Amino acid sequence: MSTFTSPAGAAKGIGSARNKNQEKSGKRAPESRADGQSGDSTVDSGTGLPVLGWPTGRTDRYIGKAGAEIMLQMLVEHGVTDAFGYPGGAILPTFDQLYKKQINFILVRHEQGAGHMADGYARATGKPGIVIVTSGPGATNTVTPLATAYMDSIPMIVFSGQVRTYMIGNDAFQEADVTGITRPVTKRNYLVKNVHDLPRIINEAFIIATTGRPGPVLIDLPVDVTTSRVEQAIDDTPYLPGYKLYRTGHSRMIKQAMEVINRAERPVLYVGGGAILSDAWKEVRDLAATANIPCTTTLLGVGAFDEHDPRSLHMLGMHGSAYANYAVQESDCLIAVGARFDDRVTGNLKLFAPKAKIIHVDIDPSSISKNVKVDVPVVGDAKLCLAEMIELAEAKPRQAWFEQIASWKRQFPFSYRNDSELPKPQAIIETINQVTEGKAYFTTGVGQHQMWVAQFIRWRFPRSMITSGGLGTMGYGLPAAIGAQVGRPNDLVIDIDGDASYIMTAMELATIRQFNLPVKVAILNNRFQGMVRQWQQLFYGGRFSNSEMVNPDFAAMAESFGIRGMRCGRKEDVRKTVEAMIQHPGPCVVDFLCETAENVYPMVPSGKGLHEMELGLLASAPPNSGRELGSLA
Amino acid sequence: MRHVITALVMNEPGVLAHVANMFSARGFNIDSLVVGRTEDPQLSRMTIVVVADDRTLDQVRKQLAKIVTVVKVRDYRDTPFVSRDLMLVKLSASPRTRSEIIELASLFRGHVLDVGHNSLTVELSGEEDKLDAFIDLVRPYGIRELARTGMIAMARGGHAMSLVGEDGDGTSASAPSGTVPPLAQAGGRPVRAAAGRMPTQEELEATPPG
Repeated sequence: MSTFTSPAGAAKGIGSARNKNQEKSGKRAPESRADGQSGDSTVDSGTGLPVLGWPTGRTDRYIGKAGAEIMLQMLVEHGVTDAFGYPGGAILPTFDQLYKKQINFILVRHEQGAGHMADGYARATGKPGIVIVTSGPGATNTVTPLATAYMDSIPMIVFSGQVRTYMIGNDAFQEADVTGITRPVTKRNYLVKNVHDLPRIINEAFIIATTGRPGPVLIDLPVDVTTSRVEQAIDDTPYLPGYKLYRTGHSRMIKQAMEVINRAERPVLYVGGGAILSDAWKEVRDLAATANIPCTTTLLGVGAFDEHDPRSLHMLGMHGSAYANYAVQESDCLIAVGARFDDRVTGNLKLFAPKAKIIHVDIDPSSISKNVKVDVPVVGDAKLCLAEMIELAEAKPRQAWFEQIASWKRQFPFSYRNDSELPKPQAIIETINQVTEGKAYFTTGVGQHQMWVAQFIRWRFPRSMITSGGLGTMGYGLPAAIGAQVGRPNDLVIDIDGDASYIMTAMELATIRQFNLPVKVAILNNRFQGMVRQWQQLFYGGRFSNSEMVNPDFAAMAESFGIRGMRCGRKEDVRKTVEAMIQHPGPCVVDFLCETAENVYPMVPSGKGLHEMELGLLASAPPNSGRELGSLA
Repeated sequence: MRHVITALVMNEPGVLAHVANMFSARGFNIDSLVVGRTEDPQLSRMTIVVVADDRTLDQVRKQLAKIVTVVKVRDYRDTPFVSRDLMLVKLSASPRTRSEIIELASLFRGHVLDVGHNSLTVELSGEEDKLDAFIDLVRPYGIRELARTGMIAMARGGHAMSLVGEDGDGTSASAPSGTVPPLAQAGGRPVRAAAGRMPTQEELEATPPG
């Protein structure tokens, strides 16, 4: 039976892994940023630019080594313990180095899987995910994972093989303009033309991927760069004159923000994935507690605030809770933390939070006033900014506001009617929530099941939700679960997937088998692309064009990979099946046959304001479920 | 409204493509984009003319600054600046009309670069309006070929855009003028303000005066 690492222990990845590694290599260890404000040792006090925490400069330590050897050596020095990928001609020199097994390498079945695994690994651990693939199709298959990671600001580094430098541009075998193709979906990408540049570029890549607003970086490695040797002393100091890093917030802005917050009668905290990326959940909790503010989270922000806390409003947005959406629309002060006012959160922008002064804490200046005009911007790391804001917070009772929220919560809990012959997908998720008590890493695909997972798991731990938010990548769940399991080998990892999402990347079952990873998969099988079906039912006159799926027997399919497969189609079997799945020591796939004609509610139709959401059965009759979760308050 | 933005970028392959791609991906409209070398071999300078309202201009500036290979960005919304555009124009010119054209060109402080049996090539530089006016005047003679460089621009006064002395994303409020203040040179490195760092453009804009 798996255990679950406490959130405080989770996600110190970047600092702790590096420390551990430097003890080994005898280098000066940087202080972990999780230690608090002294974490500024990762930043040069003069230039404000990030530093690696160990000396760089002109050095002869690379002399005589080939590019592939340098690459592996540097990965180890940067604290990399695991990587994902697939070999091929142009990357074979690097794979020859991997033969030494300095790092744990997960061989995948498709490069897209490698990318999502690295992404899931990064989200579960806080360490950058590493991908190593070949040129041409190997590299282009990572485009979807790169775009997924870029949208959700996930640190990831992809090393792709490339044809020899003198053949680039000649339409050589397995050649593609990979830097050209990936430029719009990477924070930075490189084509290394000379092995002498490689150490500097790898150092830069780790800084860019993991600092500021994190994101994916791609390094394209021609065969002759990985095979040729360094012949002279070279400088491996990162050169990033255009890289601006905001850490602490501007004191005047913080003061101004807190003046607005302390004056507010109906404030709402709106917390996004940035709070998780910056390990700021403690500060979010403390600000909500100290200043007495209710808190809602985005899809990527769930887990940043304990949903058992009475101040929790759960998720907001298109399929968020009615009480979170009403609270945002009624609030006089909206405090966004590491969130970007995505259209799935705001609904119609013209109608969004009309009465609110908007405070936006974000590390990326280009997020400020991009969609919604911000009144008080605080540019900086959420953890550091919130810590300063808490100092100025005044406790206010705000009794009327909390009473109003409590009444919305009583009136409009997440709910469904468990009245169909087949189990309802929400009931299965509720059961998983009860059995696990939320102590697991949950991954999802994209669609109805993803929204129900967000609604019916009671999120308590940062990083426990691993899902493709911005790009909405179907097929993300299974490989992301593999990545999370590699990063958290002793914890329970469950992919709660839809049948259509699952089968997009189901070949990675072979990876699970090969590396004996105890990933659990719960497929909510409604034989449809559920969200597409919902939209077709609601907005396209019930014309279910190409959304119905004829699926294999998922249990038998898993068994054919050598993985325990189970099937459950009766309500009374759900609980014992979930328990059997979680108690099974190895990997396990459960095919839950569930009700097809079930829609996700609440729902804000596109173009409508958040308060104009459709409530589903809440609008007509009192809910007869959701009560297993108590009042959700 | 038309706005002028200049950017210092790293002089390496792919940067121009990145910038151009960012403009098309985000639906920004470029009127002209000029890129060329600077006094520093590691840096190139781009001058971009965009058609945008104030809020879009903010986004353009911030999205540019976000690109890792873009070192500095500034716009000239509230700053006086000088700008020039260079044009080569090949006109049909018979012996009868040749002197008229030469006269027009010299009125506009242009130069005749080449004379053919039936043609005349004129070089003209100046602000865009001036070039437009010249084109209007000579159109009746017959324009055979025309090439313009697009606008380059620079702030008036001592204010300079370089690696040190100005905040990265085009906020100019921190450095008073083109020369780096003596304090900022301590130890050969720019020293950050006591508050931890300089305010960003959006922080400045959101701050009431005083």
